[in-house]
Amino acid sequence: MVLLTMMAVLTAAIVVQRNLFAVVVFASIYSFLMATVLVALDAVDVAMTEASVGAGMSTVLLLGALYLTRGDEVKPLRRPLVPLVVAIVIGAALVSGTLGLPAFSDPQAPIHIHVVPRYLAESLRETGVPNVVTSVLASYRGYDTLGETIVVFTAGAGVIALLRRRRREDPRR
Amino acid sequence: MNVAGHYSYWVTIFLMVAGLYIVIARGNLVKKLIGLGIFQTSVYLLYIAPGKLIGGTAPVLADSFKIYSNPLPHVLILTAIVVGVATLALGLALVVRIREAYDSIEEDEILEKDRGEEDPR
Amino acid sequence: MRRDLVLRILAKLLIPFVLVFALYVQFHGDFGPGGGFQAGVITAAAVIFYAIIFGLPAARRFAPDWIVESMVAAGVLVYGGVGMLGIVLGGNYLDYFVLAHDPVQGQHRGIFWVEVGVAITVSGVMLKIFYKFAGRRREADQP
Repeated sequence: MVLLTMMAVLTAAIVVQRNLFAVVVFASIYSFLMATVLVALDAVDVAMTEASVGAGMSTVLLLGALYLTRGDEVKPLRRPLVPLVVAIVIGAALVSGTLGLPAFSDPQAPIHIHVVPRYLAESLRETGVPNVVTSVLASYRGYDTLGETIVVFTAGAGVIALLRRRRREDPRR
Repeated sequence: MNVAGHYSYWVTIFLMVAGLYIVIARGNLVKKLIGLGIFQTSVYLLYIAPGKLIGGTAPVLADSFKIYSNPLPHVLILTAIVVGVATLALGLALVVRIREAYDSIEEDEILEKDRGEEDPR
Repeated sequence: MRRDLVLRILAKLLIPFVLVFALYVQFHGDFGPGGGFQAGVITAAAVIFYAIIFGLPAARRFAPDWIVESMVAAGVLVYGGVGMLGIVLGGNYLDYFVLAHDPVQGQHRGIFWVEVGVAITVSGVMLKIFYKFAGRRREADQP
């Protein structure tokens, strides 16, 4: 709960801060906090991924992009009121929606009684892999992961295509 | 309904709305992408937090434990994080190209230049 | 940066351990937290660390572009190949039970190769993206 509050405060800092370098550093701290929260929520695999990807890779990429674009200061806002009202209205609607959701850590919540008991009971016998996350990831939901891998591949191909070396003779100049 | 039982939902919603606000209100493209990232991480929280059982442990099966937290959201979010960084890279690549073409990463300046090119005709 | 003794020594000390840790995460992922996605990112992070300390050309000598580019495609091919192998051996696409005589053994083998494929693609893509961003000059600096 304390961690979640820290994350909320940090997000507010990201919103207010205008120096882009500081924003990137804040985003990195935010990722580490998120990883800690995930450990507290028992999601160790996800926390490991978030710590290496969110705090490591995306910070490096953001700094690289910042160097290339030479952006440092964001210009002040001109009409900050309309987005604020939109955000508050959407937030209020979502909060009123949560009132009907099951409380935190309710064992009778639908998420805990549908498919998952079968995974927990049978996956060790069927796959011989104690880590349920791995067996669900690679075996029960193999198609899903194949799709994700192809998405990563496609994104890589897209970046390669976008950031090709520019040809020396540019016809427009 | 009690406050402690719904606190994680409310932080999730705050993060989501803050991300949305950055995307709508800020003109800087890099800042917009960071806002998208915050929006994305709020979705991770939305999935993972309901899966936690107090007194449960991480879903690595062993004889000494009986209660495990829910592994299914972990799988979904695990892949989503990696895909998220790949799409972030794609977005940043686009921003770099925009910067090279327009010499700016501020949304209004880019629109200004577009209009300036069209008007004389 | 390139003359900083402390950083260079620390990097030389740490990078082998980071790579070994990536292998551990990869192959111990069945029994503890870990798996192909994490291992791929950690491997890429080790090479990126090397590139930051010793410069991009040194990293390009260590992991040349053509290897990284073929890794991007090879991982997806390994993953899809495991699926095709399931068909060839008489099962469905991505059916691991037919990969060995014992179904549990087959599952284990299938998961292992699929995770290898994921790790190869993820580390290849991450490294390639980093090379692309780091290798690009600012527009004003271009000749």
